[in-house]
This record gives sequence, structure tokens and C-alpha cells, in this order.
Amino acid sequence: MKTLVVAEHNNSELSAATLSVVEAAKKLGKDIDILVAGNSASTVVDQAKSVEGVSQVLSFNDTRFANEIAEDLAECIVSVADDYCYFLASSSTTGKNNLPRAAALMDLQQVSEVIEIIDDKTFKKPIYAGSCIATVKSDQEKNVLTIRTTAFDKSALGAGSAEVVEKSVPDTASRKAQFVKNELTVSDRPELTSADIVISGGRGMQNAENFALLEGIATKLNAAVGASRAAVDSGFAPNDYQVGQTGKSVAPNLYIAVGISGAIQHLAGMKDSKTIVAINKDEEAPIFKVADYGLVADLFEALPDLESKL
Amino acid sequence: MKILIPIKRVNDYNVKVRPNQANTDVDLNNVKMAINPFCEIAVEEAIKLKEAGKADEVVVVTIGDDKHQEQLRTALALGADRAILVKTDESLEPLTVAKVLVKVYQKENPNLVIMGKVGIDGDHNQTGQMFGALTGLPQATFASELEVNGNAIEVTREIDGGLETLSTELPAVVTTDLRLNEPRYASLPNIMKAKRKPLEEINIGDLGIDTTSKISTLKVESPPERQEGVKVETVDALIDKLRNEAKVI
Ligand SMILES: Cc1cc2nc3c(=O)[nH]c(=O)nc-3n(C[C@H](O)[C@H](O)[C@H](O)COP(=O)(O)OP(=O)(O)OC[C@H]3O[C@@H](n4cnc5c(N)ncnc54)[C@H](O)[C@@H]3O)c2cc1C
Ligand SMILES: Nc1ncnc2c1ncn2[C@@H]1O[C@H](COP(=O)(O)O)[C@@H](O)[C@H]1O
Repeated sequence: MKTLVVAEHNNSELSAATLSVVEAAKKLGKDIDILVAGNSASTVVDQAKSVEGVSQVLSFNDTRFANEIAEDLAECIVSVADDYCYFLASSSTTGKNNLPRAAALMDLQQVSEVIEIIDDKTFKKPIYAGSCIATVKSDQEKNVLTIRTTAFDKSALGAGSAEVVEKSVPDTASRKAQFVKNELTVSDRPELTSADIVISGGRGMQNAENFALLEGIATKLNAAVGASRAAVDSGFAPNDYQVGQTGKSVAPNLYIAVGISGAIQHLAGMKDSKTIVAINKDEEAPIFKVADYGLVADLFEALPDLESKL
Repeated sequence: MKILIPIKRVNDYNVKVRPNQANTDVDLNNVKMAINPFCEIAVEEAIKLKEAGKADEVVVVTIGDDKHQEQLRTALALGADRAILVKTDESLEPLTVAKVLVKVYQKENPNLVIMGKVGIDGDHNQTGQMFGALTGLPQATFASELEVNGNAIEVTREIDGGLETLSTELPAVVTTDLRLNEPRYASLPNIMKAKRKPLEEINIGDLGIDTTSKISTLKVESPPERQEGVKVETVDALIDKLRNEAKVI
């Protein structure tokens, strides 16, 4: 029995998250295969087979996989399930969408957002927005895990040479959900969940235009830009900028929170950052409780000053 | 059109939940309980569809002990027509919850099922997808927009890269994200009216489902506390710390 890692990709590039999932998979001590369901995604297959520690790449190739639909992916996973005792994906929106569907088809209870693998059946995961950490033990022979990628390193790309196996695509012609369109945020900046530095703005930014104050600093630091829920809800930033319980989990070397109060749901997504800086005009703001360096200041003065001095 | 809304009773989101003394579970003694925020959004969406003339009946269901009646009454006060309590004193795993909901689904035959994307207690984010698998229904998770056109829906989903739109025929299962809508508050007259709305009870034992847990909790701990750091007086001092002490820029 082996471990199956479900690759995440956009048909041209393997996501960095998958490299962290492979790293987590290594802790389970089984041979590791990667499942790639793609539409002519040969570059993804090539990348997947070069991931250090991977034995086989299971390639499901079909035009249907131009956009990933949960029904399709769950069927692909189930079609190879007999060979595997672990099924892993990242706890990104993609993994969260697909893996529980596959788990239920296999009558397995999933463990979500694993941050530590203690042994083959025992895992740690945050609960209650990260207020507590639970250690859970599975009684199942087979286990399905989504991995919080910020808790694991990345396996090296380019070091491995796995065998590629072409798999026959399950018939999901009857599935009802159809892709209509997507609106993806394009940015030259590093991706939020893998950036070394993240600078995030909250309600204190007041409007979308003021996010330019963060952008300038982000450019100088080669940082990703994030936001609190309040900033996203108010239309200052797109939804995919949101850091927190309902948004992305990040753990960069440096996280700069600007005009963010530090609600528990926001902290859930960033408190594992190595160094945290808070800039807030309210010295009582809870964000200062988790900040290594706090600057009590009006952001409209501090940000231009910071940008000019970097 | 009939809409089924499974709701979960959880801690009020403002409460910081802590482990119990023995570190065996969380301590929910004296913690204020509420409808899971994502389920509140599901209820609101269904009520809006009813107000828009696109739905005729909104049924809420929860699985839990007698205290769960409170949350069902709240949902009725918000505008749901009918409530179902599937009674159990155990706390169930998402897969088991999904199996129970399948039974309720088969009995009620709704056209649309709207669930929260995640319960803010266990942070599982599984039940809707599992329910989709077990019923074979198409799923549209993490919805920030839902449009009903006759027998089909179009759903905008919040995904890591931005937004994605899916369409599907009904019946289907949708899970809600925070930006789908802003839930209303129940008015006093509606709270009074809700007391007379039907609330049906079903014993979980009558459904013929194995409720044994497949995963057990060994320990619940607080995460490592972060040391509160220092305040710096100026931007220059901050840059100096980041360059020379933390060495992160
Ligand atoms: C189920 C649920 C899930 C949630 N998920 C998330 C999530 O994923 N991520 C998230 O972020 N939130 C989430 N929230 C919301 C969260 O509870 C808070 O409401 C939100 O984080 C607040 O955002 P904020 O800090 O930007 O706004 P506020 O709390 O309004 O804080 C704004 C801060 O800006 C400061 N400020 C204002 N003007 C200035 C100025 N000129 N200079 C300097 N400082 C200034 C103020 O002092 C204040 O501290 C969730 C809530 C719920 C119920
Ligand atoms: N005990 C329950 N009763 C009814 N619905 C539930 C229950 N538990 C979970 N759900 C539904 O499943 C959603 C996701 O929960 P979870 O998978 O636990 O994160 C919730 O928002 C509810 O809509």
C-alpha cells in the first residue's frame, strides 16, 4: 500500500503547495505517487515526476480536466484507490473541494488541515480557528488528509525521476456541474502562501486606492500583499487576498499587518509567521499581542516614510 | 422549490475557546452558543430566495441534543418555515453527519441544499462535499454568489486564485462563503411567531446509521503562545530592528 498525493496545478505549472504535501507524505513512510488530472498538462507531469521522493506519476489526461470539477477528480482518485492507504492533498480551496468528496465515496473520514504527522495514524490539526490544537488518532486502515502546507517544507523539484503511468479516465460524462468562467487575479508578485514577506492591510486602509501604499512597499521588499476580511468585504482588495480562518494561511519570514486589529480569525491565518510587525494607531489593538515589533502610528504617515527609507 | 438548510450549533465566534483542564477536549462550559456563521448565511440566502419568489419552502435541520432546538428556533425566527431535529447526544463526524443528512434529504426531497462551508468549531470543511458524494449531487462549494434560474443555478465560488463560476442543474448542494450575503437579525415579533412553527424530532437510532467515530481525539492543547514583542518609536527604529535584529529584510 502506498501514499497518493493529489497534485494541484493549472495545467501548465505544478503548485508549490503540492511540494509541501509530498514532504508531509514522506513522514508516512510509504512509497509516494502523484496523481495529475490534467488537460494536455505534460509540463505538469514532467514537473511531478521530477519531485524528489516520488515513485510514480499517475496521469489522467482529458479535455474535461481543463478546469477541475470536484466530481471528476473524486472519481479519478477512487478509480485507483485500491493501491493506496493514504490520500493527501493540500488544504487549499482545491483540496478542500475535492478530497472530502473522494473520502466519502471511499467511506473514509478525512482529517483536515494537518499540521503535524506524529505517526501513521496520529495527526495534529488546529480547531476553533487555531485557538486549540487537537491530536487525533484514526482507527481507519486507510486515511485521507489535507495538509496545511505552511507547516511543512517543500520537496525539491528537479531531483527525482518518477515513472509516468497513463491512466484511463473514469466516465463522468453524466456529471452536472459545468465550468462557466473564472476571474483569476494576475500579479507579478510572489504568491501569497509561499512569499517570504507579506504585507497586509485592514479596514484602517480606508479604501482601495490606499492599498497602493502597501503595493509600493511590497515592490521594494518583493512581498505579497494580503488583506483582512474587513478590507476584502469593503472592496479594498480582492477575495483571494484574504488571510485568516476563512482565507489563506500564511507563515512568511516577515508579516506586516497594517491597520488590522488582530481578530482571532485573522490571527488564525498568520500567527505562525516568523517575524510579525504591526502598524496600528490604537496601542491597545490585539494585534500587538502577537507582534514582535509594534509601531503605534498613523499608517498614512508611517507607510510613505517606510517606503522611502527601504 | 424547496430548500433544505443543515445548520450546526457552535460557539459564538467572538468567544476564544480553550482546552479543558485535563487537555482531553475543549471547554465549552458557559460558552455562548450560536448558529455557525456560515449556516446563518445559508439560512439568509434561502430566505432571500423565498422573498424573491424563487423558493416556496425553507426547511432547516440540525443533528444534536435537545439544546439544538435553540438554534432551530432562531432559524425559524429568521424566516425558515419548518425545522427538523435529528436527536443524538453524541458529537458526530462529518461523514456521519453527511449520512444522516442523506436520510433527511431522501425524506424531504428538496431541490436545493445549502450548507455552511465549514463549522467554526472543528474546522473540517467536509460535510457538504461528502453529502454531494453520497447523494451523487453536483456540488458548488464556497459560494459568494448564487443565482437561481428555473431548474438551474449559477454559482460564483471563492477560490485561492480569485473567483470561479459553475453552473448546474438542480438538485445540487451549495456551500456558503462569507461574502454570499449579510444575515439579518430576527425581529421580536418573528421570534414570537417562530415558537409556533413546526419542529419535528427524529431519533437518530431510527435512521439505521452506524454512528461510531472513526477518528478519536487524544489531546487538545493551546497552541504555543507567541511572546509579545517590543514597541518601536519610529519607522527608522523599525527598519533597524528588521535589518539588524530579525534580519528579515
Ligand atoms: C466566521 C468568520 C470568519 C472570519 N474569517 C476571517 C478571516 O479569514 N480573515 C480576517 O481577517 N477576518 C476574518 N473574520 C473577521 C474578523 O472577525 C474581523 O472582523 C476582521 O479581521 C477585522 O478586520 P480589520 O482588522 O481589518 O478591521 P478592524 O477590526 O475594524 O480594525 C481596523 C484597525 O485599523 C486601525 N486603524 C484605523 N485607522 C488607522 C490609521 N489611520 N493608522 C493606523 N491604524 C489604523 C484601527 O485601530 C483598528 O485596529 C471572520 C469573521 C467570522 C465571523
Ligand atoms: N450536526 C450538524 N447538523 C446539521 N448540519 C451540520 C452539522 N454539522 C455540520 N453540518 C453542516 O455542514 C457544514 C460544514 O461543517 P463541517 O464539515 O463540520 O465543517 C455546516 O456549516 C453545516 O451546514
